Amino acid sequence: MQKQPVPDTGQIPSTVPGDSIEVVPLRHPVRLALAVVLVLVAASALWDVAVNQRYHWDVVVSYLFAPQILTGAGLTLVLTAVSMTVGVILGTVLAIMRLSANPIVSTISRGYIWFFRGTPLLVQLIFWYNIAALYPVLSLGLPFGGPSVAIGSANVLITPLTAALLGLSLNEAAYMAEIIRGGIGSVDRGQHDAARALGMNGTTLMLRVILPQAMRVVLPPTGNQVISMLKGTSLVSVLAISDLLYSAQIIYATNYQTIPLLIVASLWYLLMTTVLTFFQNKLERRYGRGFDAAPRRVRRPRTGAAR
Amino acid sequence: MSGAMVEALGVRKSFGSTEILKGIDLTVERGSVTSLIGPSGSGKTTFLRCINHLEKVDAGRLSVDGQTVGYEERGGRLHEMKERQTARQRLNAGMVFQRFNLFPHMTVLENIVEAPTRVLRRPRDEVSAEAQVLLDRVGLGNRGHSYPQELSGGQQQRIAIARALAMKPKLMLFDEPTSALDPELVGEVLDVMKSLAEAGMTMVVVTHELGFARQVCDQVVFMDGGVVVESGAPADVLDAPKEERTQAFLSKVL
Ligand SMILES: Nc1ncnc2c1ncn2[C@@H]1O[C@H](COP(=O)(O)OP(=O)(O)O)[C@@H](O)[C@H]1O
Ligand SMILES: [Mg+2]
Repeated sequence: MQKQPVPDTGQIPSTVPGDSIEVVPLRHPVRLALAVVLVLVAASALWDVAVNQRYHWDVVVSYLFAPQILTGAGLTLVLTAVSMTVGVILGTVLAIMRLSANPIVSTISRGYIWFFRGTPLLVQLIFWYNIAALYPVLSLGLPFGGPSVAIGSANVLITPLTAALLGLSLNEAAYMAEIIRGGIGSVDRGQHDAARALGMNGTTLMLRVILPQAMRVVLPPTGNQVISMLKGTSLVSVLAISDLLYSAQIIYATNYQTIPLLIVASLWYLLMTTVLTFFQNKLERRYGRGFDAAPRRVRRPRTGAAR
Repeated sequence: MSGAMVEALGVRKSFGSTEILKGIDLTVERGSVTSLIGPSGSGKTTFLRCINHLEKVDAGRLSVDGQTVGYEERGGRLHEMKERQTARQRLNAGMVFQRFNLFPHMTVLENIVEAPTRVLRRPRDEVSAEAQVLLDRVGLGNRGHSYPQELSGGQQQRIAIARALAMKPKLMLFDEPTSALDPELVGEVLDVMKSLAEAGMTMVVVTHELGFARQVCDQVVFMDGGVVVESGAPADVLDAPKEERTQAFLSKVL
């Protein structure tokens, strides 16, 4: 039997002509009552917040688009984007290394993940920031004190921003490596066999067959990582980088409007998270193609229930 | 090139300390169809995977189209091939799996076009046109834009056959191509395989479909415990088996 799209009223359409038995949909009076109560509670809480003078909404509005805040938000976005990109690429490499049949290669990856997940990010950030104290001159050369070429003073090369990017990216790579390893592991062995039987090997096999299928498993936790990263970048304020949160802090340190400025920062974080979640959903749909049982291109009729 | 398509001489293969293939001797002539039968666990899949170098042979000689699989003869010695070379060599044979193993994230057409364009680096339009011909040939000309998930098992397996054929292999290997199918879908896959055999393709088929073996195959090979127990024309092996183990197996299957 063909399913009829359910209209927004939440009612089952009247019986199809010819069907002799009337269908009475199950009603949920308790659920409905509960929903009404919850909506009322939420609305009243919001109302209280909105009319409470002590939130200083006027201050919130006046700082929402302050240049310092906008620059901070931009910097937070850049830190997140760069660190996530490097983290994902390096994480993929580490995941593939970790799965390698070569025990030395997989041990190196294991060691990396162990170290970077096992030490606090804050410590790593401060370490990179102070690298000049340990290695005044950065150079490329042969190991064990062989000849080398100096590429510059660490003090000049490692600015607070590079230290922040290094710390965030290298740390993120360790987490992404584990997420991607899980994704690769979730792909059926038969897919490797089929691809190899068709003459694919190495990179083609990974990029065309395995990783696209791993994406389905990798994307949801990666979305979490991006959002944690977005907020986690506020740690870089220890390196005196004015990201979004730090910019807000600088302002309230002088005008003492702590809560309004934290609200300003939070609104921006919320906006960025919302946009990122939107893209995450799009990507999840893109990489879910061919896996969901539902036919493609047919939009699920929106039902009005339980909103 | 003359000689047989597949020649196996004392092929051995172990996983860890258990020896699975204990010296397989087998010849598959060009243009012939061979069916491999035998109880589960007798090493049929493993042997098929060795032919395609999805598994490495430990000892003995295995050659496809006159070339030793996985090794290169230089200066009277066999040198193990590099991964890139084995990938090339794998192109001699197309393989069809019990569980189809289509790429679920690609449409039917993308499944077929992927390897010829990426591995053989052939132009996409040319390959697409050929893919359409292959789809018509397996009776699925109008399903090119479906995803594998949307097709029945029988349809998926026919696509898998088309995907393997798109690489223009000299030899087709089938590992129980119909055993994951609902009974009413078995026929459509066997029909495609029959027409392939009629077109002169060399085929090695692991199967429990003795009707197919009898009707289509030139040679039936009965394996048990990692060795070839008996082989010969279908009429001989299936209807008048000499070996006790063959008789016991056939009495259970029939
Ligand atoms: N990758 C593997 N590692 C370890 N044992 C394996 C592997 N592949 C197959 N085997 C073992 O080899 C034996 C033969 O398997 P297989 O070749 O699949 O037999 P058949 O296809 O005739 O049923 C089985 O006992 C199986 O457990
Ligand atoms: Mg098998």
